[in-house]
Amino acid sequence: MKTASKPPAAFPPAAVGAPEVPRSAGRRPGGPWRRRLADQSRAYAFLIGGVLCFALFSWYPAIRAVVIAFQKYTPGSGGEWVGTANFTRVFHDPEFTAAWRNTLTFTLLALLIGFAVPFVMALVLNELRHAKAFFRVVVYLPVMIPPVVSALLWKWFYDPGAGLANETLRFLHLPTSNWSNGADTALVSLVIVATWANLGGTVLIYLAALQSIPGELYEAAELDGASLLQRVRHVTIPQTRFIILMLMLLQIIATMQVFTEPFVITGGGPEDKTVTVLYLIYKYAFLYNDFGGACALSVMLLVLLSAFSAVYLRLTRSEGDDA
Amino acid sequence: MSTRTLVSPLTLARPRGKAVYWTVFSGVVLLFAVAFLFPVYWMVTGAMKSPDEVTRTPPTLVPDRWHLSGYTDAWDLMDLPTHLWNTVVQAAGAWLLQLVFCTAAAYALSKLKPAFGKVVLGGILATLMVPAQALVVPKYLTVADLPLIHTSLLNSPLGIWLPAVANAFNLYLLKRFFDQIPRDVLEAAEIDGAGKLRTLWSIVLPMSRPVLGVVSIFALVAVWQDFLWPLMVFSDTEKQPISVALVQLSQNIQLTVLIAAMVIASIPMVVMFLVFQRHIIAGISAGSTKG
Repeated sequence: MKTASKPPAAFPPAAVGAPEVPRSAGRRPGGPWRRRLADQSRAYAFLIGGVLCFALFSWYPAIRAVVIAFQKYTPGSGGEWVGTANFTRVFHDPEFTAAWRNTLTFTLLALLIGFAVPFVMALVLNELRHAKAFFRVVVYLPVMIPPVVSALLWKWFYDPGAGLANETLRFLHLPTSNWSNGADTALVSLVIVATWANLGGTVLIYLAALQSIPGELYEAAELDGASLLQRVRHVTIPQTRFIILMLMLLQIIATMQVFTEPFVITGGGPEDKTVTVLYLIYKYAFLYNDFGGACALSVMLLVLLSAFSAVYLRLTRSEGDDA
Repeated sequence: MSTRTLVSPLTLARPRGKAVYWTVFSGVVLLFAVAFLFPVYWMVTGAMKSPDEVTRTPPTLVPDRWHLSGYTDAWDLMDLPTHLWNTVVQAAGAWLLQLVFCTAAAYALSKLKPAFGKVVLGGILATLMVPAQALVVPKYLTVADLPLIHTSLLNSPLGIWLPAVANAFNLYLLKRFFDQIPRDVLEAAEIDGAGKLRTLWSIVLPMSRPVLGVVSIFALVAVWQDFLWPLMVFSDTEKQPISVALVQLSQNIQLTVLIAAMVIASIPMVVMFLVFQRHIIAGISAGSTKG
């Protein structure tokens, strides 16, 4: 037994069974080429399950989206090439414009609300010296509540009759609102739900970034007579700029795929004020049975979002090289 | 030495600083309680009000009489045991298959040097760039009629399990962790006669407990919380996970019963979070700063 060859600490003695040594040594009689073939087949045996899943459920659907976008596709009987007909049909659907307008507005509002609020929260939380663990747990609690439950919960809050939102407004003697039922307020109402449900993660990431800022920078700024707001502007923001940018890109990518909130809370209404692109894709596929149209829309969304993702990956990678 | 933040310890030590600090502190406690804890309280107690009380204006902060019937009705009327069990089966299978296939693939890519390994890894990483939701329709068509074997995975847990394996993020996380394991350690095992599988099982996996924990939590949470994909895969009501069932049943059910069902649906993830909160929070914080 080659016990002298420093067995690692994690290596259980049972695995060093004596009969295994000669057997595995004797199993390699062939030349280097043959051994390499054996190594390769072993490597691929480990790889194959994962790669098959990627091939079937990631690579193939991505290619198929593009193919079906140019076909009239009926499940079971295959596709028939129709050129750009799907794109023109989808393009002339009045809901198409509404869906893109709603999605972009949603993303923009989510950036305004869902971006400033967590940053300020993290900034304040980072200054607090007590009950830190409590704050971290509480702020992340909504993230762990299933999104469907958050959506149903807020649907109930928004109820124009006995909903908590209007009750609170009445209690404060403020005018009530239609919330998710109002043409003007529906989209904003959905943004509030999405922000409530997701900001915990953003706050925690910001907190980690804030904690990595060297204290001397603040000290120096204070000696130079910088006020609190000036310190935020000239120290905090520049120091966390990279994380801010990352999260902004991630949030754009995530919010442009919003589906659960409009589906559960408003069903796309009132009129078409909360139909999003992903919701429209769902409608084309499962309501209109128009898979060509659904794939044409998917390809449009895919191209746009992949551009954002490419920027994101490039930025994270270059940052990783610097470190 | 405590790390200095935006406000200097000196300012905080002054009487005025102390006053401001405690005002802000209580303000934040109050805000967090109202914004994040109160909705949860409202949900838990709302389910215990009577159907009249829950729609009453102005609402009652505390139920007049505590009814547990909301919860028991939800359990029976909405057939929650079936849907919860479906969710558990879907999440557990997705977790297990992800661990088996992703660790095996990550180990191969990291340590076994397969030919075209770089190409395969590139293909896997490229899927990170493709937003998952944008591909649900072609993915649905694939699952409905698998190429070559022409089987449908619709209404089968396999329709959740197998696509869950194609998770580039988790696979990359594992691969990066395996990359850090020194080659000597594995070679030593090999000299001692361990095969590749044995090395993976007895050396690599025990050393990778932290990353396996992170991947496990990600995998479980993702399946438990997902809605659009199971909505597409399971048209059969009997097989739907709780997220889909809640929405489908929400139309024709009494409000208190629905709220009770929402609470029950939240319990497993919230409990898991409270148990593993340290690890989850540390994971989120660390993952972000290291990119």
